[in-house]
Amino acid sequence: MSLVHKKIDLFRRKDRVIKGGGQKAVDKQTALGKLTARDRIVALVDANTFHEYDLFVEHKCRDFDMDKKQLPGDGVITGTGMILGYPVCIYAQDFTVAGGSLGLMHARKITKIMDHAIKLGIPLIGINDSGGARIQEGVDSLAGYGEIFYRNTRASGVIPQISVILGPCAGGAVYSPALTDFVFVVDKISKMFITGPEVIKTVLGEEISMEELGGARVQTEISGNAHFFASNELECFHQIKRLVSFVPWNNQKKAMSFPARPPKHKYDIERIIPAEPTKPYDVRDVVNAVCDHSDFFEVQKHWAANIVVGFARMNGETVGVVGNQPLVLAGVLDVDSSDKAARFIRFCDAFNIPIVTFVDLPGYLPGVDQEYAGVIRHGAKVLYAYSEATVPKITVILRKAYGGGYIAMCSRHLGADFVFAWPTAEIAVMGPEGASNIIFKAEIAEAPDPAAMRKVKVQEYTDKFANPYVAAASGHVDAVINPAETREYLIHALEISTHKNESRPARKHGIPPF
Amino acid sequence: MSDQQHTTLVIGDRAYETSLTKKFKQRKPYAPLDPKKVLCVIPGVIQKVYVKEGQRVQCDDPLFLLEAMKMQNDVLSHLDGVVMSIQVQVGQMPAKGQVLLEFE
Repeated sequence: MSLVHKKIDLFRRKDRVIKGGGQKAVDKQTALGKLTARDRIVALVDANTFHEYDLFVEHKCRDFDMDKKQLPGDGVITGTGMILGYPVCIYAQDFTVAGGSLGLMHARKITKIMDHAIKLGIPLIGINDSGGARIQEGVDSLAGYGEIFYRNTRASGVIPQISVILGPCAGGAVYSPALTDFVFVVDKISKMFITGPEVIKTVLGEEISMEELGGARVQTEISGNAHFFASNELECFHQIKRLVSFVPWNNQKKAMSFPARPPKHKYDIERIIPAEPTKPYDVRDVVNAVCDHSDFFEVQKHWAANIVVGFARMNGETVGVVGNQPLVLAGVLDVDSSDKAARFIRFCDAFNIPIVTFVDLPGYLPGVDQEYAGVIRHGAKVLYAYSEATVPKITVILRKAYGGGYIAMCSRHLGADFVFAWPTAEIAVMGPEGASNIIFKAEIAEAPDPAAMRKVKVQEYTDKFANPYVAAASGHVDAVINPAETREYLIHALEISTHKNESRPARKHGIPPF
Repeated sequence: MSDQQHTTLVIGDRAYETSLTKKFKQRKPYAPLDPKKVLCVIPGVIQKVYVKEGQRVQCDDPLFLLEAMKMQNDVLSHLDGVVMSIQVQVGQMPAKGQVLLEFE
C-alpha cells in the first residue's frame, strides 16, 4: 500500500468510527434535545483544542453474537482539551452506540483517561449518558464500574472531578458521579436513580415517572445529589466553564488569579441587614457587596437553602464562601445544611481555597424528625470540616451567633485565623429570650406580672450580652468592624494569609462522621 | 426550594420572620408508636396469615408471611396477647408503616 493509500485508509477508518451509532441513532438523540457525545465535547472545550485517544478501541465480547457487532469507540469518547486555557481530561459516553452501555473496554478507556488526569494533575470531566452495564459482558462490566469508582476515590482531593449527567445514569453507574466533587444536571435530560420506576413498581407497587424519581429538579432540590441545575445543555456547559475558572488544576496549585474588580454599586453593605434580629435578609447580598464584581457563583443553590455556599473572588483570588441564610428557615443548621456546608468546606480545604464564613444563625433546627435523622452526626460534620481545614479561615459575624451554632460556624475555637464582627453582632450562649427564661426563671415566676418581668429581664440580658463586645473582651473576636470596612478587612486578612502553613499530626486519615 | 412568602419560625423562644422549605413544610409530625399495633416494616405481598381474630399468641409467634425484596419474611408478634383484628388479606400489598394487625 502506498503512503497515500495508507492515509486514505486511516481517514476511512476514522470516519467510520466518528459517526458513532449512525444517523438514525443520532436523530433519536437530537430529538430529545440532546447533543451527541462529540458535539458536547466540542461545545465544552476551547475551539480546536480537543484531542481524542483510543478511537480504535474495540470490545472483546464473544458471547450472545457480540463478536458480530462493531461498537464504534466502544461507546465512549475520551481525550484532552482546554477550557478557558485550562487543561482538562474528558470522557463522554455515546448513547448512540449500544445505548452508551458500559463494557470492559469502554471502562478501560475511561480509567485510562482518569489515570492521565491524576498523573498530569489536571481536572477530570465525565459526561454520563448511558443505559448502564452492558449485560452481554456480564461481570466484566461490573469490574469496569468498580475500577472507575476506585479511581474516583483515589483522585478525590487530588484533582477536581466534575460529573455531567446528560441522559440516564442509573443503578451502579450513579456512584461515579456521587464520588466526584460536582454534579451537573439538565432539566428533562438527566435521570439518576439506584432502582428505576419499573423495579419500584414490581417490588413496592408504587408508580412514579423517571422524572419524578430522579430528574434534574429532584436531584438538585430534594436529594442534594447534584450541585448545578441548567435548563439546557449549553447553559450547563457555561456553568462548567465558570466552575473551572474558580478551582485550581490540582491540590498542589492555587486557583487562577483574575484582575481585581470592585463590587457593584447596587449592593450597599450598610443597608442590607435589618437592625431587628428577627427580620430576614438575603445573605447573598452581603457576599455580593464584598466580593469582586459582585460575582458570586453559588453551589447547590436549590438544596438546603438555609445555608449558602459557593465561590467568589476577593482582590482577584478565589475564595470559598459559606453563609447562613436568614431568608430560609431563619438560617438554622439542620441535617441537610450541615451536609452541604461540610462537603463544600472539605473541597475548599483540599484545593487550597481560603474559606470566608458569614455568620447569622439562631442555632439548630428543633424537631423530632431532625433528631431521628441524626442531626447530631450530621451537624458534627461541620465542626469536623472547619476544624480539619488548614487553608486560611476568616469569619465575619454579621448578627446572631448563639450557642452551638456560634461554635460550629468557624469560630476562633475551631481554628479561624481571623474573626471579625459587625456592631450588629450578638454573640451569646443563647438568644436573650431563651437565656432570660432560664436565668431569671424564679424571678419571672414570682413577679406579680410575669410577662412584664420577662420583658424587663430580656431587655436586661439583651443590653448586657446581645453584642459583640463580650466576645471581643475575651479575644474570641479579633476586631469589631464597621460593615463598610468588611471588604478591606477581608482582602487584607487573605493577603497576609497567603503563605499560611499549618500542619496536623501525622495520620493515615481522620475519621469524619460520614 | 424556598418560597418567598414570609412566615415565622420560633427558635430559642424567639419568633423569626423567614420562609420555609418545601421539605420542612412536608415533614411528618411525630406520632408515638402504638404498642397494640403491628406495622408493616417493608412493602411486600402477604403470602400467608398464620393467626385468626380472637387467637391468643405469644411473643415471637409468626403472624404473617410477607414476601418482600425476593425474601420470604415471617412477621413475628412483639408481645403476648389476643388478636383483635387482622387488617390485611392474602395477596394484599401493604405499604411501609401500614397497620397489619391490632391486639386487644
